Parts: sequence; structure tokens; C-alpha cells
Amino acid sequence: MQGPVCPVPHHHTDQIVIGHGSGGRMTMDLIQNVFQAQIGNPYLSQGNDAARINLPAQGSQLAVSTDSHVIFPLFYPGGDIGRLAVCGTVNDVAMLGADPAYLTAGFIIEEGFSMDSLQRILQSMADACREAGVQIVAGDTKVVEKGNVDGLFINTSGIGLILPDRKIGGQFAQPGDAVLVSGTLGDHGIAILQARGDLGFESEIISDVAPLNHMLKNLLEQIPDVHVLRDPTRGGLATTLKEIACQSQVSIRLQEAAIPIKRDVMTACEMLGFDPLYLANEGKAIVILPEEKSDKALTILKEHTYGRLAVRIGTVSHENPTEVLLETDFGSTRILDLLSGEMLPRIC
Amino acid sequence: MKDPAFLEGYRDAELVKGILKQIHQRVTCHWSLMEICGGQTHAIMQSGLDQLLPDAIELVHGPGCPVCVTALELIDQALWIASQPNVILTSFGDMLRVPGSQGDLFSIRAAGGQVKVVYSPMDAVRIAREKPDQQVVFFAIGFETTAPANAMAVIQAEKLQLSNFSILPANVLVPPAMHAILSSPGNRIQGFLAAGHVCAVMGYWEYPSIAEKYQVPIVVTGFEPLDLLNGILKTVTLLEAGEVRVENAYPRAVTYEGNQAAQDLVKRVFEPVDRNWRGIGTIPKSGYGLQKQYRNFDAGQRFDIKELHTEESKICIAGQILQGRKTPSQCPAFGTQCTPYTPLGAPMVSSEGACAAYYRFRRKH
Repeated sequence: MQGPVCPVPHHHTDQIVIGHGSGGRMTMDLIQNVFQAQIGNPYLSQGNDAARINLPAQGSQLAVSTDSHVIFPLFYPGGDIGRLAVCGTVNDVAMLGADPAYLTAGFIIEEGFSMDSLQRILQSMADACREAGVQIVAGDTKVVEKGNVDGLFINTSGIGLILPDRKIGGQFAQPGDAVLVSGTLGDHGIAILQARGDLGFESEIISDVAPLNHMLKNLLEQIPDVHVLRDPTRGGLATTLKEIACQSQVSIRLQEAAIPIKRDVMTACEMLGFDPLYLANEGKAIVILPEEKSDKALTILKEHTYGRLAVRIGTVSHENPTEVLLETDFGSTRILDLLSGEMLPRIC
Repeated sequence: MKDPAFLEGYRDAELVKGILKQIHQRVTCHWSLMEICGGQTHAIMQSGLDQLLPDAIELVHGPGCPVCVTALELIDQALWIASQPNVILTSFGDMLRVPGSQGDLFSIRAAGGQVKVVYSPMDAVRIAREKPDQQVVFFAIGFETTAPANAMAVIQAEKLQLSNFSILPANVLVPPAMHAILSSPGNRIQGFLAAGHVCAVMGYWEYPSIAEKYQVPIVVTGFEPLDLLNGILKTVTLLEAGEVRVENAYPRAVTYEGNQAAQDLVKRVFEPVDRNWRGIGTIPKSGYGLQKQYRNFDAGQRFDIKELHTEESKICIAGQILQGRKTPSQCPAFGTQCTPYTPLGAPMVSSEGACAAYYRFRRKH
């Protein structure tokens, strides 16, 4: 036996690797150490899905967000890149408690891309805009040489007004708050894997991609004092809650048995070695609000198509700040951390 | 009990509590058990079973994580191959993050090398068919569990006369590792939970002689909470009674003889060779190399791999952890310098690695 030995760490500081786009720890490090260092300002530092901009003349605030969509494949069960590009930005704006109104869209298209596919994607964007009640008011088109992008990438930006009584953000979770989720987790991640032919078996899982603004508007009209709204996209529920726990300097305790996961999703995860708590969602909201409002909030969410399976999954606590703890059915507890590297690239 | 046709049947909280109670009642003194397989380590940590067992039962985490024990020289070879032009290196996902002497497969990919994650070696064969102008190499890691599929990939490639497919053979074997652990000075393992998936392929006919020679009970154990607790209960019962024998606590997947067709396939393609285990050292006849008639599918021979300078640094205690001599939380770097996103050692990289399992599920404050 040669005794204890171990390899040198590899930190990936010299070049971008795929894990930098995972939405987890590496993305966070990249944003803090590279982007914030050069272009940081108090708005960017808010660390939410959208920035909150003051409009002193109107006495209100504006939510501003942008998101680039590089999903592969472009079409998948339950959606396509067009629907995703609209819903992703609508949801990011809505997560500040804002009412999304206007979007911009930038298209980077590969030479040779099928006109028919482009038409289908635009049709899908139009449908999603109608559903969400938003308009695309500015656009840009670039075509690049074959091989320089994979088919089509879309960037969307969005704005919406925040009503004056809304104080919603990842930094506002308070001990004692209830943690709700608007439906089953991991559907989008597994649907994308299936569309890539990576599952190796059939499943009927479809992506949950959907605009959540109407559901959240209903919720906030009746319960304006919601503390946190966040959509658990890349990095999944666990990574998103960990971010919130860090922003608010609280801990979040989850009951494993309460977390809704479809059996098909769970089975696919078991076979492929994924943790559904880290899989992406594109049509789910995490809602954190005062305990006494949680039952009413669940009733309101369940009235909406996209919140039918809403459920309470945990509680915010002051103990062990920044930790997310999962209580198992057996009475043991485990720690949930940020996603630490690549899980599935190009899921959104 | 919930639907036993699905996994939740083996996660039933009431049944779990029932077996835990029996274990608590049966234990009278301290016992050190080793779960060999990293998948079991992961499952134990994920469900927090270690928090619920009596303090007198110490679970020692074995070397059964193929990503962790794959020798540095093999990883360096894979890195070298992946950086060659017109080569596609295919591998299971975890392997991409394991650091070699310099960098990992992610770095090679970022620098323009073609590295693809596959879920089965047969996917690598498919890629070789689709891309006849590229050399496709599969990094064939794993224990006896992956060996049949790895063997099948070679047989298929031969059948299809694919001259652009090869494997980098890196399979390792459980029984020689058990011999190495039990015969090492200072061994403190008193009972084994044998790896259920390995036994599903190989059976457990190799284990009675090990149990006899080293006087340790061995219980074939599955991966769900009830499976694991059942395995622990049987092992503790044997230890408390002073009995030494092999038992099967995973009969729904494992027979004494194992999967004969799979074993035949493996024998046809592979032969046992001495293999270096990362952090442990060379163990005689503990790996699979290609049989003579299949050596033209050996990537090590197909590529003119120059003398590579491999170098381990001596920062962490991965070797002692892989041998069950120390637990991850006894490492000074654990959770500080060494985390899953800045791994110092392979056990922190793979989800089956003991350090990653500790970090993810039960980080020490």
C-alpha cells in the first residue's frame, strides 16, 4: 500500500467550463468574481431574478430582467424555445411581485436554419405572449455562419411595474414563514432529457413551462405581504432555496414527504442518478410568506391551472442561518447545498 | 406498506423504524461494519440512516466508488487521448470532473477536445458507427457491475467491424479489494455489507472463502433504506452470535451463482490483471484487462501514448478514507479547502464518493 495520496485541485479559473453555466455554485462564483467585479452596482447586487429600479417621478418601481435561452433540443414535450423564452422572462419579472407588460427579443440564428421551424417558434412565442398578456415591443435579428451557434438562441428582456405595497425578494424571508411550492418538481429537466433521447426508456413527462404571472397576481392581490417569490429553474428547488437562505440569513427546513414529485420523474431520477431537488423547473413558483397566510395562499394558488398541486413543503427558521435542511420520513436530517457543477447543460 | 413494486415500498417509514428498533435491541457492544459500495454510502447519507443507528455501530465507508479508485495514470491517459485531434472520448458523467495530474476532462473539452457523456457503453459504439472518421474511445470504468456492458460493447464493435472504436479498460474487482483491506495491518473491519449490484452480476460464491479466511460475516445488501437496515441487522445478528457466514439480504436481485450469461460475457472479453487503485496502491488480479483476441480494441495500444508524468500531491487523506481507516470529517481539509466544487480528492468528486456524500448530506459544523 502506497499510503495516503491525493490529486491537486482544479479550480477552473483560467477558462470557462460548462459548469459555469449550471446555475449553481460555479455560476455564483463567476458572477461574483468576474461580472460583479467589473460591472457591479447596487441593482445587480440585489441578486434576485429581476432588478428593482426606482421611478421617483411616478412613486413606483420597475422590475427589469433579461434571460438568454440556449435550450437543446429546440422542441421538446410540452414546449419549445419560443414558449420558454417568453415564459422565462415573464416569470423572472413576476417574481418581484411585478406585473410583466413589455418584452424585447433578440434572435441569433444559424445560417441554414429551417424557416418552418422559425415560424413555429414565433407562433409559439405569440401564443405565450397572449397567454401572459405581454407584448414584444422591440426585437433584433442576427444570422451567424453555420456552426457558430447551434440552430437558434433567443434572448428576451422584460419590464413590469411593481405596485407600491409590494416588498418581495429573496432577502425578505423571515423566521416562522411558511414555504410553499406551486406544483411538482423536476418535470422540465426530465422532459428535456427525454427529448434528447438520453433516457433510454419512454416516459410521459412533459415540461411544465408556463407563464405564472396571472396566478401570482391573484395571489398578491389577496395577500400583498408575500415575502419571497422565486422560480426554481436551473439548479432546481435545492439551489434556489439555498440562495434564499443565504440572502435572508435564515435556514429553511423542508419535510421530504411533502415535496411533490411525479412518480415518473422519481423513477427516471433513480435510474439515471439525478436528484429531483436539483432538476430545473420552468413553470413553478416558490412562495414564502407569513405562516398564518399559508392556508389561504394555497387555496388561491390551487384555483389556478398552474398551481393545482400547490403544497406547503417547509418552514423558515432562525437556527443555522444559510442552511437548507431536509427532514426525512425516518426522522433524520440532511443538508441541501448549491448544485456544485454541471448536472444537465442547456436545459433553458 | 406502500406499493412494493416501486421503490417507495422499500422506504416505508414504519418498517424502517421497526428494523431500527430491532437493531438497537440486538447490539450489545461496538461493531465496525464496512459497506463496500459507494452507492450504499450515498444511500446511507441521503436517508440519514447513520444518524439513526446505535452509536455502537460504526459504518466504515469502503473503496467501492469506481470514479474514486481509478488510477491517476489511467485518468491522465484519458486526458491525453481526449486532447488528440479526431478523437471522441466517451465516459460516464462523474468521470469528467475527476482531476488528473493537470486538469480534468472538462478542461480538455473547454480547450476544444471532444468529450461526451454517455449512459451506456453501447452509446459509444453507436457514436463510432455514426462517425467513422473519428476514433471513439470509451473510458471503461466501474466494478463488476459495468463489466458485462463494457464487454458487450467490445463484442458489438467486433461484430460491426468498427476499426474506430476502442476502450480504455479500467474495471476493478471487489473480492481482491476485500482481501487487501482485511489483510492490511491495523484492519478493524468486523463485518461486511457486500455490494448488492456487484453480486447481482457475480453472485456471492466468491465470498464464503473470504469469510472463512478472515473470520468476518458478509451479508449481501441492497441500496434502499429497508435493504440497508436489513443487511445491517443480519450482520449485527451474526456478530453478536459469534457466527461467521455469508448471508443474502438482497434475494430479490441476487442469487448465489449470479448472472451466468453476464459472467460468461465478461470472461470471454476480459481477464484479471493487476491494477493500481488510486489512494490504495496495486492490488494483484484486481482489475479487468482485455483478453488477447480483443486487444486491438485496447485504446492503450491503439494510441501511441507517450510517457506521461503522473503526480499526486499529498494534501488530503483520500487513501485512508478509501481504506476505511479514517472518515471524511477527520480530514483537516474537509468542507473548507475541499468541497465538491473545489475537490482535493476523488472521493469528493463522485456522488458515490464518501467525502461528497458526507459533504452533501451531513456536513460537519
